[in-house]
Amino acid sequence: MKRINTPLDLDKIKSLKAGEELLLSGTIYTARDQAHQRLVEAIKKGRCLPLELKNAVIYYCGPTQRPKGKAIGSCGPTTSSRMDAFTPLLLAKGLRAMIGKGSRGQEVRNAIKKHRGIYFLTYAGCGALLAGHVKKAQTVAYGDLGPEAILKLEVKDFPLIVAVDSKGRSIYAKD
Amino acid sequence: MRRISALKIKEAVAALAGRANFFLRRDVLTALRKAYVAEKNKRVKKILKAILDNAAIARKEKLAICQDTGMPVVFAQIGQGVNIAGDLKAAINKGIEEGYKKFSLRDSIVSDPLSRGRSGFSPCVIHTDIVKGNKIKLTLLPKGFGCENKSQLKMFKPTATIAEIKKFIVEAVKNAGPDACPPYVVGVGIGATADYATVMAKKALLRKISGRSSRLEKDLLRQINKTRIGAMGLGGLHTALAVHIQTHPTHIAGLPVSVNISCHALRSASVVL
Repeated sequence: MKRINTPLDLDKIKSLKAGEELLLSGTIYTARDQAHQRLVEAIKKGRCLPLELKNAVIYYCGPTQRPKGKAIGSCGPTTSSRMDAFTPLLLAKGLRAMIGKGSRGQEVRNAIKKHRGIYFLTYAGCGALLAGHVKKAQTVAYGDLGPEAILKLEVKDFPLIVAVDSKGRSIYAKD
Repeated sequence: MRRISALKIKEAVAALAGRANFFLRRDVLTALRKAYVAEKNKRVKKILKAILDNAAIARKEKLAICQDTGMPVVFAQIGQGVNIAGDLKAAINKGIEEGYKKFSLRDSIVSDPLSRGRSGFSPCVIHTDIVKGNKIKLTLLPKGFGCENKSQLKMFKPTATIAEIKKFIVEAVKNAGPDACPPYVVGVGIGATADYATVMAKKALLRKISGRSSRLEKDLLRQINKTRIGAMGLGGLHTALAVHIQTHPTHIAGLPVSVNISCHALRSASVVL
């Protein structure tokens, strides 16, 4: 199977097609509802962000507490569409890729196409299996949000399926 | 009167937190294995394999099956011959708190639905039933919110047709689409009142998945699987593993129907004290 490494610059993702499966290694960041709200608020107010968005990969995930002796707890994807309202602005600011579960709205698909981003699915409801692909996890922002804090993850061969490619094509027939 | 201490209840609930979140229900596993064997679509078969592998890893490594360890919902069936020494609700919540912490589950509960704030492990939702006998049965259903968000309630007219009701249930599943981790188990409550229909829909998820289904359940399962949403919304034969319906007498003027969907990680565990 195809393997890719972060950072995900345009060259690495532009030939990927909806439906393609691949394994990702490198650095990704978790962010879900509350973190998205804060990031978008920070951008709108012109404040500096706690992570570099250019070519970044955001994983819609809020892991369980970290069990002793493990890098991370169970850490599967959450429903991506809840982040739809925040996504176009993040893409405009350089975000390259998102990992989650489920479909995205038309506006997000348009923004992905416009900014040459990409949206991946990973195995939904498989947090224990995916934990095995996370080698390191570190809180980088919004620690007060608990499971919704932004974590920097080092992943190895993290399984992905391209759901919306950089041309805006979707894996879901009804899109 | 048989005396049961609140401490015993607390400890039992804490143990259920681990059992429910680490060990996928046997009936759910069996249904998933059957789905895996029957599936022909290669990519979907691989996803079903990942789901089965995930359950095995969770069991072996004592990791939560899903990071969304749910809004814990506790059903307490209390025999009327039992005398509880102490505070029942405080004991259940303390048990959830201790168990979720001990087993490194997720602190997903915000104390106020509007102001939100920092999340914690409790309080959970508690449904109590007073029943015959001198025992207590405690059941924990950690309900993930990806699927809980797809719940629906409709108050039909009493003259509504079965076809209209079926359509509503199938549409609720279509509306959940790929988002709520199919293959689903679809809980349906029909009758009673708006609130009780919804409790029945959730209780229906506790029923073991088996071949013994009513004609209506079988028919709905067939229609739901015809949607070809499938695992992760990528097609195949299994959009749902089962449809479970609970009914209750209702009023001459109404016909409430509630749908409560569970993701494939349908988790629950029970204990009798």
